[in-house]
Amino acid sequence: MSILPKTSRREFLKLATTAGGGLLLGFYWNDTAAGAAHVVSNVSLTPDDITFNSYLSIAPDGIVTILSPNPELGQNIKTSFPMIVAEELDADWSKVKVLQAALDTRKFERQVTGGSGAIPHSWERLRKAGASARQMLLEAAAKRWQVATDTLTTSQGVVTHAASKRNATYGELAAEAGKLSVPATVTLKDKKDFTLIGQAIRNVDNHEIVTGKPLYGLDFYREGMLFAVIQRPRAFGTKIKSVDAAAAKAMPGIVDVVTFRNNVAVVGKSTWLVNKARQVLKIEYEPDGARESTTDHDKFFKTLLDTSEATVRRKDGDVDAAFKQAATVITREYQCPFLPHAPLEPMNFFAHVREEGVELVGPTQTPEMARTETAKLLGIPAEKITLELTRLGGGFGRRLKADYVLEAAELSSIIKAPVKVVWMREDDMMGGSYRPAVRYRFSAALNDQGEMIGYKLRGVGINAGNCTREDNFPSGAVDNVLIDSVEHKSPITTGAWRAPITNFLAFAEQAFIDEVARAAKKDPVQFRLSLLDKAKRTPTGAVKYDVDRMKAVIQLAAEKSGWGRKPKISQGFSVYFSHRSYVAQVAEVSMKNGKPVLQKIHAAADCGIVVNLSGANQQVRGGIVDGLGHAFFGNLTFNGGAVEQKNFNTYKLIRMKDVPEIDVHFVNNGMDPTGLGEPALPPTGGAVANAFFAATGKRFYNQPFDKQQDAIPQANIDRM
Amino acid sequence: MAQYTLNINGKSYQADVDADTPLLWVLRDTLGLVGTKYGCGIAQCGACTVHLNGNAVRSCTLPVSAVRAGKVVTIEGLSEKGDHPVQAAWNEIDVAQCGYCQAGQIMSAAAFLSKNPKPTTEQIDTAMQGNICRCGTYHRIREAVTLAAAKLNP
Ligand code: FES
Ligand code: FES
Repeated sequence: MSILPKTSRREFLKLATTAGGGLLLGFYWNDTAAGAAHVVSNVSLTPDDITFNSYLSIAPDGIVTILSPNPELGQNIKTSFPMIVAEELDADWSKVKVLQAALDTRKFERQVTGGSGAIPHSWERLRKAGASARQMLLEAAAKRWQVATDTLTTSQGVVTHAASKRNATYGELAAEAGKLSVPATVTLKDKKDFTLIGQAIRNVDNHEIVTGKPLYGLDFYREGMLFAVIQRPRAFGTKIKSVDAAAAKAMPGIVDVVTFRNNVAVVGKSTWLVNKARQVLKIEYEPDGARESTTDHDKFFKTLLDTSEATVRRKDGDVDAAFKQAATVITREYQCPFLPHAPLEPMNFFAHVREEGVELVGPTQTPEMARTETAKLLGIPAEKITLELTRLGGGFGRRLKADYVLEAAELSSIIKAPVKVVWMREDDMMGGSYRPAVRYRFSAALNDQGEMIGYKLRGVGINAGNCTREDNFPSGAVDNVLIDSVEHKSPITTGAWRAPITNFLAFAEQAFIDEVARAAKKDPVQFRLSLLDKAKRTPTGAVKYDVDRMKAVIQLAAEKSGWGRKPKISQGFSVYFSHRSYVAQVAEVSMKNGKPVLQKIHAAADCGIVVNLSGANQQVRGGIVDGLGHAFFGNLTFNGGAVEQKNFNTYKLIRMKDVPEIDVHFVNNGMDPTGLGEPALPPTGGAVANAFFAATGKRFYNQPFDKQQDAIPQANIDRM
Repeated sequence: MAQYTLNINGKSYQADVDADTPLLWVLRDTLGLVGTKYGCGIAQCGACTVHLNGNAVRSCTLPVSAVRAGKVVTIEGLSEKGDHPVQAAWNEIDVAQCGYCQAGQIMSAAAFLSKNPKPTTEQIDTAMQGNICRCGTYHRIREAVTLAAAKLNP
């Protein structure tokens, strides 16, 4: 039985052409003699349809196959990319098949999922891919009917010559069109003529997902493949001193135990068996750097907030003078813990290293980097490595790193066998690359009119690089600004975590602005709007956000939420610009039995043109749920370099009952689309914290919020 | 190692595994039924949910030896064509983001609705509380369970 994505096996084989010799990830179900069903890849392919460009081909029966080059991890790129191609092609969406492309640097640029950058990067390219194929189909029809191309129209996969009432489907024209040369220039559609873009189109993998097809890296299976788990150091700042693997090797189903770098890999016949054998490994560790605890980090934060050795990120005017003149000065501090990414599918990768070539299969956000690094590690040219992308069971930035790919490749090269390295949840939680812990100190100077005349931000992060974003609002709107950062270097590894840095910075900034607005006795929305007016009228230094776009989302969120017009409900506001998109949010809290309850969040987003309304809507809601969950519960702590929360019994993730109602509105201003995978997350913590303050008079300064409901320092600005 | 005969999706399967092997790993590694997912291994996330005699169970903590003659249904066997009302609702509401948790969500929802075909929102939330969706598709899960209930009670 074939379980290919909405295509028959025959159709799948046709896709050989589009892969251009690269490998496609094809699964098929194969009842083996043992009665087990296995997933195999690299079905040999026979080309027999017409390729127009890297993205699309058309079969004689009119089926349009569109390759989606970027890793799919739930941001819905595998649906929205093809929609853009199909729009310009005027394809019949019901005849479009979508396939995940393997890594192919000759055909595609930036096969990356990260930074909410795919749509802005590829928007023009995808449109041109569709438009140029459409142009070729028009020319083929014009030639066939001996008419001028401008007398022809296209719609739903059909070319029509209205005057002579002649029609031809794309399938009928594909062979002739494929022989024509690719047009040097093409005219793109007027955006007002879009029929597919902007619609709510369902995820192209829905059927495979709801029927449990093997889409993910962890599902990958190859006949003869071995399974491995790797015991990595249990604490950061330690390394292997000795390994006694005798007992593990004697366990049933174990093929080998291999030590490399700081890893002890147990290789065998199934996940369960290797993981069981891992429990009896005897490994001694010795110090290799500092074994830091969370209490140490708290101390570092204290000292480094006052150090004179910070890296200046932005300096406008004279802050010292401004703070001397100030009528009111407000200083507040905000802190967040480390966070694991915890995608529901833990890390894993398949590798088969052979003399003749290396095969890598699995979930990565950065296939090209994974291949380059593997080539470097193995000392072979990158061309000898193929990398096939599976669907990713979440990423959140964790799969931007290639560490788990390299481990699999190195292990396969040592044991000389195909192997899938599986991370158990505990490995995933303890494995590093965390969102760094950070502490901020903000100061604002207000004059006697309540205007902000000075603004200071000091950020201290643990392996966080520059933990500020110095050009963020209100920079540009304040005459005297000083923003600097300090980094503490730690053995605890960190990495990009969905909306890097801004995932917490936005909360701190927006919570602080709320306090400043209240100290100035101004409405928080009006306060922001007047700062934005100032940034427009008399900007200070560079203004890196678009004042009008930011104002538009603020106004839309205020209007949709009935800001300030709901006497029984306490509202909190926030707005943020990140990853090229603008999102404003209003959170609503009401008191129930003396307790504050988060009822609803209204979001207004400007991501330019909304490509897929269904995907976009869920990106915003999902981003808010993620922001909310981590603001309230996310907390990864350390003791002697070891992670204390090793699984979901001690590390709390947000669940069904924790989510409030969420309303999403789009500005949809017709501008070229920008990303949405990240921008809805950063503003959430601030909006919610501000609403809780409005309801209770208490402020959240540290995340996770649920750790300090009652230990909140009082911030009675009104009495300052 | 011992030989187990399992009744899965109406078919009989043989598995030669240790008695303590969780059903999850027998399904995934031995039988190649990988629709049932691994998320935590400690009955916290619900990704591994299957039906045992009609009840939703966490297969990651269910030793294969405890299954005995029980009737196991996995996501692959929930319906022949993928058109069980819960699956259809999941598609119509366009629930999935990464999709990894959804097999478990669907199995939880299907078992729940078979026992409580006309649930309140409150009851839906309680029933689905044990399934984590790291992508945050909870609103759509709730909508899809509601829609599936409507499909089951036309
Ligand atoms: S894997 Fe069984 S509940 Fe998480
Ligand atoms: S859809 Fe990704 S975990 Fe639920």
